[in-house]
Amino acid sequence: MNANNSAPVCRAADGALSVRDVTKIYDPEGVHVVALEHCSLEIAAGEFVAVVGPSGCGKSTLLNIMAGFDYVTHGEILLDGAPLATPDTRPRPGSDRVVVFQQGALFPWKTVLENVTYGPVVQKQLDQSAAETKAREMLARVGLSNIEKSYPGQLSSGMQRRVEIIRALINDPKVLLLDEPFRAMDTVTKSASHEYLLELYNATGKTIFFITHDLEEAIFLADKVAVMTTRPGHIKLAISVDLPRPRNYRMLASQEFLRLKSQLVEAVHEEAVKAFQAGEREMA
Amino acid sequence: MQTALILIALAALILGLAAWRIQGQARLYEVGFGRQLATTLSSKSFQLTLAGFVIFVGLWWVTVSLLKLPWFNRLPGPLEVVGEWLSPTPTFGISIYTKDYYTHIFYSTYRATAAFLLATLLGIPFGLLMGWNKKFYDYSLPLVELIRPIPPLAWVPLAILVLPGSEPAVIFVTFLVAFFVTTLNTLLGVESIDDNYFRAAKCLGASNKDILFDVVVPGALPFIFTGLQISMGASWFSLVAGEMIAAQYGLGFLIWDSYSVIAYPVIFIGMATLGIIGWASSALVRVVGRRLMAWREAELSGGARAEV
Repeated sequence: MNANNSAPVCRAADGALSVRDVTKIYDPEGVHVVALEHCSLEIAAGEFVAVVGPSGCGKSTLLNIMAGFDYVTHGEILLDGAPLATPDTRPRPGSDRVVVFQQGALFPWKTVLENVTYGPVVQKQLDQSAAETKAREMLARVGLSNIEKSYPGQLSSGMQRRVEIIRALINDPKVLLLDEPFRAMDTVTKSASHEYLLELYNATGKTIFFITHDLEEAIFLADKVAVMTTRPGHIKLAISVDLPRPRNYRMLASQEFLRLKSQLVEAVHEEAVKAFQAGEREMA
Repeated sequence: MQTALILIALAALILGLAAWRIQGQARLYEVGFGRQLATTLSSKSFQLTLAGFVIFVGLWWVTVSLLKLPWFNRLPGPLEVVGEWLSPTPTFGISIYTKDYYTHIFYSTYRATAAFLLATLLGIPFGLLMGWNKKFYDYSLPLVELIRPIPPLAWVPLAILVLPGSEPAVIFVTFLVAFFVTTLNTLLGVESIDDNYFRAAKCLGASNKDILFDVVVPGALPFIFTGLQISMGASWFSLVAGEMIAAQYGLGFLIWDSYSVIAYPVIFIGMATLGIIGWASSALVRVVGRRLMAWREAELSGGARAEV
């Protein structure tokens, strides 16, 4: 295992995701809910892509399919050219694409250190002591040195999420799948979490697929922001963010940032209105 | 002599209550027992607990010994009961000085423990399997739901006829109740585990076997231990019923036997002993649970606990 903390920025050689014409229908025989329809998206290796869209539009469905929690009905998703999800393959989660969950899914019955070392140890990639050494090193990098014996319930939400991201990264995944990880946080914790995530992204260069409904967060973090339509979801437009890296909070006030934001607000607002009207139709 | 013994018993009661409070707070590992004892004894809520006891015993004394209300006047007052309990020469043959008293306690404890352990050993794996395997769940749940409501006493005749002797019959009846409680709470525990923990474990490369031991068992543990506490209580509950019908020794037998010879104080001694042993056994289960679930303790002491 190479600990790549010597190279400050290294772009990943792999981790390219290709979502091709994906359709996902829940309960096709019965209720028949079309969550995704003709959804396509290209994510380059090492790219940070944020997906925004109204709630219930299918963002999480797409992430769950990528993670291997769910089937696709039509279309396919490729990871580095190899089929990851097709209608004929059995979905299989794996440590090459680890999910960080919205509510957090650190095991509350394991200490921070046990949580972080869980992946490499359970896959028998590292023995316990080697995994612990690596875990300590990675925790230290995000300023979490003295909490390894703590249980997740004793940590703040910001710390918990940092630990969870480290627990994912220690497996050296190709892709990091983040499902609104900072949703329930207050503003201060959130912006601190952004900085830590960007630091880790710069250091590891992993492909990141990031779901959010916070437009500023999306622009601030991502290389590319994709807007998903209301259900049935597909990618309506993808905007490249050309803000230089490393990024800092001052960019939130830059001309470029504001221009991107107004562009996104326009696109998302349209979908939100549609979603709202669709909701009203369902209620009537 | 008698007064001294009563005073000693009173002191033991207060200390026992304080110890119970302390283990209820579970901070024993952090500050020493002595300091914890001092804080507990002087705390407001402990004094309220004590006041509750005093009021209870006081009402008993007033209704029975002082006012001698109709129906109540045949009952022994608290002083008579404690006097008999602590007497070296008890009028009705049962006190802390008699060998018989401990024989009864031994038999009841042995039966309850055997039934409880058997129920735990079988009930936890059964419940885990039900929660873990959908097929097994479909097979077994309707059966469990049908058999469970049958009261323990209804099993006694069958148990005596089928099993060799009354001893296994009493244990079996006790086991049955504890088993269902443990099984269903374990099942509930597995069902309570957030789906994301399973997903996270799979993402991190865990096999099904890993998930069983790293997610299912620890995730269900809080419910399992709640179940074990209830199961312990239920064990005593059905044990006494069983002993009243089919046993030669045991506290249930003692109470029933005293009824037939109208030995009031012994009935009280038997009941009070059951209360103390039942409470102590539940507390023991709770302490073991705490030891196994350090993470929950850490969470509880980390967060603010409501203080009324």
